Parts: sequence; C-alpha cells; structure tokens
Amino acid sequence: MAKLKINGKLVDIDVDDSTPLLWALREQLGLTGTKYSCGIGLCGACTVHLDGEAVRSCLIPVSTLQATQEITTIEGLSADGDHPLQQAWQELDVPQCGYCQPGMIMSAAALLKNNPDPSDADIDANITNICRCGTFNRVRRGIHLAADIKTGSNEGSTKRGEAE
Amino acid sequence: MKKQRVNISRREFLIGSTTVGAGFSLGLYLPPGSGMAQAAEEASSATSEVNTEVNAWVVIHDDDTVIIRIARSEMGQGTLTGLAQLVTEELECDWSKVRTEYPTPGQSLARDRIWGSFSTGGSQGIRGSHRYVRKGGAVAREMLIEAAAESWDVPKEECSVSASVITHKPTGRTTTYGKVAAAAAEMIPPIEVELKDPKDWKIIGKPVKRLDTADKLTGKQVFGADLQLPGMLNASIRACPVFGGKLASFDAAKVNKMPGIRAVVAVEDNAVAVVADTWWQAKTALDALPVTWDKGANADLSSASIAQMLDEGLTAKKAFVGNTAGDAKTALKGAAKKVEATYAYPFQNHATMEPMNATALWTEDRCEVWCPTQNGEAALQAAAKAAGLPADKCEVYKIHLGGGFGRRGAFHDFVTQAVAIAKQMPGTPVKLLWTREEDMQHGHYHPITKAKMVGGLDNKGNLNGLHIRISGQSILAAVNPSWMQNGVDMFTFQGLLPDGDHAISYTVPNLLVEHAMRNPPVPPGFWRGVNVNQNAIYMECFIDELAHAAGKDPLEFRRKLMADHPKSLAVLDAVADKAGWSKTTEKGVFRGLAVCKAFASYVAACAEVSVDDSGNLKIHRIVAATDPGHAVNPQQIEAQVEGSFVFGLSALLYGGCTIKGGSVEQQNFDSYPSMLISEMPKVDVIVMPSGGFWGGIGEPTIAVAAPAVLNAIFAATGKRIREFPLNNTDLRPA
Repeated sequence: MAKLKINGKLVDIDVDDSTPLLWALREQLGLTGTKYSCGIGLCGACTVHLDGEAVRSCLIPVSTLQATQEITTIEGLSADGDHPLQQAWQELDVPQCGYCQPGMIMSAAALLKNNPDPSDADIDANITNICRCGTFNRVRRGIHLAADIKTGSNEGSTKRGEAE
Repeated sequence: MKKQRVNISRREFLIGSTTVGAGFSLGLYLPPGSGMAQAAEEASSATSEVNTEVNAWVVIHDDDTVIIRIARSEMGQGTLTGLAQLVTEELECDWSKVRTEYPTPGQSLARDRIWGSFSTGGSQGIRGSHRYVRKGGAVAREMLIEAAAESWDVPKEECSVSASVITHKPTGRTTTYGKVAAAAAEMIPPIEVELKDPKDWKIIGKPVKRLDTADKLTGKQVFGADLQLPGMLNASIRACPVFGGKLASFDAAKVNKMPGIRAVVAVEDNAVAVVADTWWQAKTALDALPVTWDKGANADLSSASIAQMLDEGLTAKKAFVGNTAGDAKTALKGAAKKVEATYAYPFQNHATMEPMNATALWTEDRCEVWCPTQNGEAALQAAAKAAGLPADKCEVYKIHLGGGFGRRGAFHDFVTQAVAIAKQMPGTPVKLLWTREEDMQHGHYHPITKAKMVGGLDNKGNLNGLHIRISGQSILAAVNPSWMQNGVDMFTFQGLLPDGDHAISYTVPNLLVEHAMRNPPVPPGFWRGVNVNQNAIYMECFIDELAHAAGKDPLEFRRKLMADHPKSLAVLDAVADKAGWSKTTEKGVFRGLAVCKAFASYVAACAEVSVDDSGNLKIHRIVAATDPGHAVNPQQIEAQVEGSFVFGLSALLYGGCTIKGGSVEQQNFDSYPSMLISEMPKVDVIVMPSGGFWGGIGEPTIAVAAPAVLNAIFAATGKRIREFPLNNTDLRPA
C-alpha cells in the first residue's frame, strides 16, 4: 500500500511496491493520459512532474515515493485544459496521432517552469521525447508560443531560432 | 412523390445496433472522451428523436450539429478532418458545428458496405474516397433543400443554402438543417448530383484546424491501450522470438500464485500469455514464466545469410521486368563511361508509439473487439476467424491509433491473439497489450532489398542507358499474393514504373528495371512509404553519382531527363529555387536534391547539411515541395511533410533491424532509436497543387528525405553511403 499525492489529492494505492508509478497511475487511478511506450525511460511518453521536475514515470517504483511529494499528470496540468502550452498546441494543431503528446507537453511544461523563455538550444537539451509522427517543429513553435502566452508578450520571443 | 424510408435514430444506431451478448449496451462500456462516447452521450442526452440520419454519411441533430461519418481511420495523418471538409463542401453545412464519428465495420457489413472501404493505407484516405464522400454530402444537401422547399410549397430551384441555413430566395424565408432533417430523410435521394467545380470550393483547400486536437492535449483521448471496460482483465504476451518457431512448453505453476494472476494460456501455436487483474501484474509474471520454444527451421537465420541470398539475386539470370525502354544492356556495352554501384536497404520496424493492442470479449454466440486499426473491415474478419463465428456475429469498435504507419492495416495479429485469449475466458473482456520488446520482435518489417545500379554515359555526359537490378523481398508474396500479376510484385517497382501513381521521374532512352525476388523468412509489410523508400534512394543517389561522373550539376543533369515529366520538374525547380541552388551556401553547408512521384503526388526536396571534421552530421534545413493535385488542407499537408522527414530520416540515421539466430536483435528504442527534436532541421514546405488530380500526402515525402540528405552528405564529404543506417558509418570527410 502506498500513499501518494497526485494532482493535489492524497490517494491510497494498493499495489506491489515494485510497481512503477506509470502503472499505478494508469491501472489504479485510471489516469491513462500518461502513456506506456518503451518502459525503459527513453521515449518520454510517460513523463509526469515530480515536485515540478519532469520524470519518466515508467522507471519509478511507487515504493520510492513519499506522500509529501507532489505528482502532477497531464490530467492535473491545468483545470480546464488551458495551460499556455495547451493553448499553444491547440493554436498550432501540434498533435498528429497524439499518443506522445501528453508526455511532450509535460516535458515542455517543466522546461517552461524553470525557464520561462527557452532558446532553441534549451529546447533541444530538454525535450528528449520521441515522436514517430514527427511533430517536432510544431512542438518547438508551440513552446515558444506558450512562452509568449505566459508572459503576455505580443512581440514574441527573441530567442526563437530558425528551425520552426 | 415521397418514398417512406426507415428513419434510424441516433440512439438506435449507436446503442441498439451494438448490443453486447450479456445484455449490456455499448454505451455502458464507452471510454470517456472517445468519439463513440461523445456521440452516444449526445444521442442519449437528446430530448427528441430528430437526430436524423439523412444518409449514410450525414446525421443532423435538431440543434444543427452535423455528424459526418468517416470510414477511414485517423492515426495522426489528418484524414478525419480532410474527409469532413470534403463532405462539408458539398453539404454546405456550418463547419463550426461539424463533428465526426466512425461507423462500425459490423454496420458496414449489415448495410452492404455503404461506406466503401475502411482501409487506411497507401495514402488513400482522401484520394481513394473523395468522389463518393463528396457525393454523400451533395445528396444529403439536395434532400435537405427539397424538404425545405416542400414545407414551403415552393420549387426547390428557388432555394439556396449556406452554412446549414436554407433560404427561399423570392420571399427571404429561412430554415435550418436541424429543422428539416427529419423530413429530408424521407425524401428520395437523387441518383445523380453534380459535384462542385473546384474553383467554387470554399472549405476544400482551406487550412482549417483539425477536429481531433482538444482531447489529445489533456489526456482525455482514449487510445486502444487506455481502454477500460467493466470487469476487464489484462494480458501480456510473448511469442516465439524466432520467426516461424513454436511454443513448446511453459510452467504456469511457477507464476500462478503471483499477485493478480488469473490465467496462463497458450495462444495459437506460437505464443503464451499471462492474464491478470492489471497489465503490470501480467507482464511481471510473464517475465518470470519459464518458457521453452521450438525454434524451428529459422534458428540459424542471420543478417549475413540474408545478405548472401540477396547478393545472389543481384546477378541471377532470371528476374521480373518492371520497366523497360530501348535496349539497356547493349547501350551500356557501348557507353563512353560506365558507372556501377550497389545499394542496400535494411528491415525497418514501424515502431508506433502505442504498442500493438486489442481488447476482446468472446461468448459462444458473439465476439466484440475494441482496437486501433487502419482497416476496421480487416479487423472484423480477423476477429471472426479467431472467434470461430460468422462475421455478422462479431463487431469491431475502432479507436484512434497511437500511430499506424502500415503496421495496423494489413496485419491484425494482435486482434487474432486477443480473441484467442478471450476465447479461453468466455464472457470476460481481456485487453492484450504488447510490450515494446514484443513489438520490436514481431513486426511486419519494411522489406529488405539490394540494388545493383549500372549507368552508361555517352561522350557528352548524357545518360544513355540505365540498368537497375533489385534483389530482395516482395511484400505481396507474403501478404497478399492475389494482388500479384503472374508471380510479379509490381509494388516492388514503386517509383520506377513506366507510368501511374509511382512513375519514374526521368526519360532514359535505354532502361531496364528488374526484380529478382528473394524472400527471406522475415515477415515483410507495408511500412509508411512502402517501396519508394528504398527505390528513391537507389534512383536519386545513383542519378547524383551519374551527374558527378559526367561532371555535371546534379540539378541540370536531372532537368535534362525530365522534359516529359513537367510536374516532377516543377517541384524539383521549386525546391532548387527556394533553397537557392544556384547560389552559394553558408560556409561548410552543402546541398543535395531528390525528386520522386509517389502515391500520385509529385515531391522534391533540397537538403542542406554540414559534416564536421569528426564526422558529425547536422541537417540544417530541408526545402520540400509537394504537388498533390488538389490540396484539401494545406496546413495539414505541411504537418505531414514535416513528419515525413522525421520518419524518413529516423530510418536513414538509426533505423535498421538486424537478424541473429532467427530473431530481430533490436529490442527497444535504445537499440532502435528514433530522431529527436535536437536533430530536426528547419523544414520549408512548398504546397503547390496544380489541380486536376488527387494525390496522397501521408507518405510521398518520405521517399525524398533520405536521398536528399545523402546527396548533400556526398557534397559535404565526397563519400557515397550505400548501406544504412548511418549511425555506424564514418562520415569524416574523405
């Protein structure tokens, strides 16, 4: 039995200690926005926030987590689906199949939290999620647009590179 | 004169028609946020029975909401939105009130395939159904107008329609689709309707937003892997890792007492599955399950033995001819200069982000399957066969795909397995989800081929003869032999054919294109782009080699062969012009070109790359042009073109499955990487529809991705890379 704080709520989860957070989220709590794809912490489809940092939930056994740690999933990123990244993603029609996008958005959200106006190099270094449909250029534009939305800037980021 | 028709209400259609054996209705089972749930919710929350099916394609609610039925599958390529645009164009409905739903394959069967093909592959979604879906919209529009005219007792010709509002022009009276839909459904559908002239299109050609984005941003979108049904159990599976091998035995007693385990079952003759309360429990137990395999005849199969088989085909006497002109062999004998090169293209895995999965519920007299599929009808056939029931006792509910790329169209092994498991647990829904490792090992791989290219130049450096000998796998021989012509797989020649959707882009006076079919026992499949992926590398890199041998500019060398291929020439010129081919690049940056006709569209690319002294490749920019004839949604075409570079370049840089001991060696994204955002070049997309035809969008550009980059690498390094992927290749300048 594990006690976890997920999207602001304390929950009791009855699973084997070694169960990865990903599967506790998906199968115990029905939070299926967090996706399984590789199971080895590479692809990023399972990205959630642990105390505000992006982590690959497929590699974190629930036994290593404390009830004091804040876990945020895509379902808890915003109340009404209106996080600046979600607005930007909607504006630019970023997703294709959409399977990797919750993880992509969670990775980008953690980046924006630490770095409100990331450069292209910052994006390259921090967004390591795999997308087989190939949405990368819109993801990049989406992060820059979200940075603008967040700061209310009309002029756009000065850090936008060419690779859009 | 009126003809009474049965008016199927929304509720009956969605729920009554999908009754589950045990008396449950589908509505109870629907995942929140799915298209099915949304539609069912709308149906059940409606207060009246005027949610009317006007015809098979169009359902109209009394609040003027229009539901457009889409038979093809959405897997990211945007076909759902594009097809809805086509119907809307003719229907003249209010786009802001358009929603979509999938009819089920079972409904299609019951209604004599009224929605046509469900198959979503070969970039066919729009180009294969544009005529009948537009007609569906036009027929519904005529019925709606007729109903309004009749209610006013005026001639139909005096009425016009715009954005779901019908106006009687002489009097200015108006009504809406929602108000007349019920009456419209009782009108006799016109047999002939005239489709709009493209110049009058209002929504076809517009970069409208996709209809399926919102739920993909919040986690609400339910994919097959996410499905939850009441009482559902979860299964994890392992099939014999050796192709063609069988399951010998397993020791269930070793795992039976592990938490949550419900069953350990053999699946067909080659796999074993653990069924548990949760998938993680099932997977954990499967990892601990002792299994022995009967590896069978392919236990010694290796990449080296396959290469040997293909090498033999490169010079074998007999081969199928796919294209011929003049006398290539004689021309090559008399050539002033002869150029030869051998290329090879490896197996590739589709590696959809969502691993294979299906959920099945089997009882003695009914079988239902929920799955992501590119072909609902084929999924239904697979389900029926595995269930041992007639198709009309089965049903398939399609769910958005977490990637398809060809893996989920011709093959429904995951459905067969899910049903085989569910059959052993009657009345209990079971969700089968593959691990990534299972997905890597049991693909239907991009076919492996090699090509020996021989070109002859005359004394002025003109290409006079070209002989292409392809050796390797046929997809059709393994997957669909009935499509072959006298034993020949014409698909093998995609991009090199004399005419049609995959015609060669050049006129070569003496040409011979052959295929020596060599089929190693690794299952091949349609992999996004199919055979143009390798054929465009063979052709476009070798054309570059020939231009170099002739001492000519690669653009001019190509242009000279393209006088009879004006549309191909136009896209090539467009990328050269936009990239500034004739101008110098930034220091250290080099360009490469490629052009191809694929899936009836004309595509070209100009890549700009640099390679540093340590051999590190950077792809700076790609200029890409597409002429798809009619461009239904330009912003979605841009998305598909950009995405095609990710797919094509991931294959070039990292893709490639190798075989050892009869198994695929790659297990996961660590050994089968995919490119990341940091490697993604800027892509300038030129959408240049010339009209008059309908070309595909989802696949063609993949063909030019790799050769454009390879030709740029040659320009940068002087190295011709002819075997892939590149990640093991020394790119340091020669």
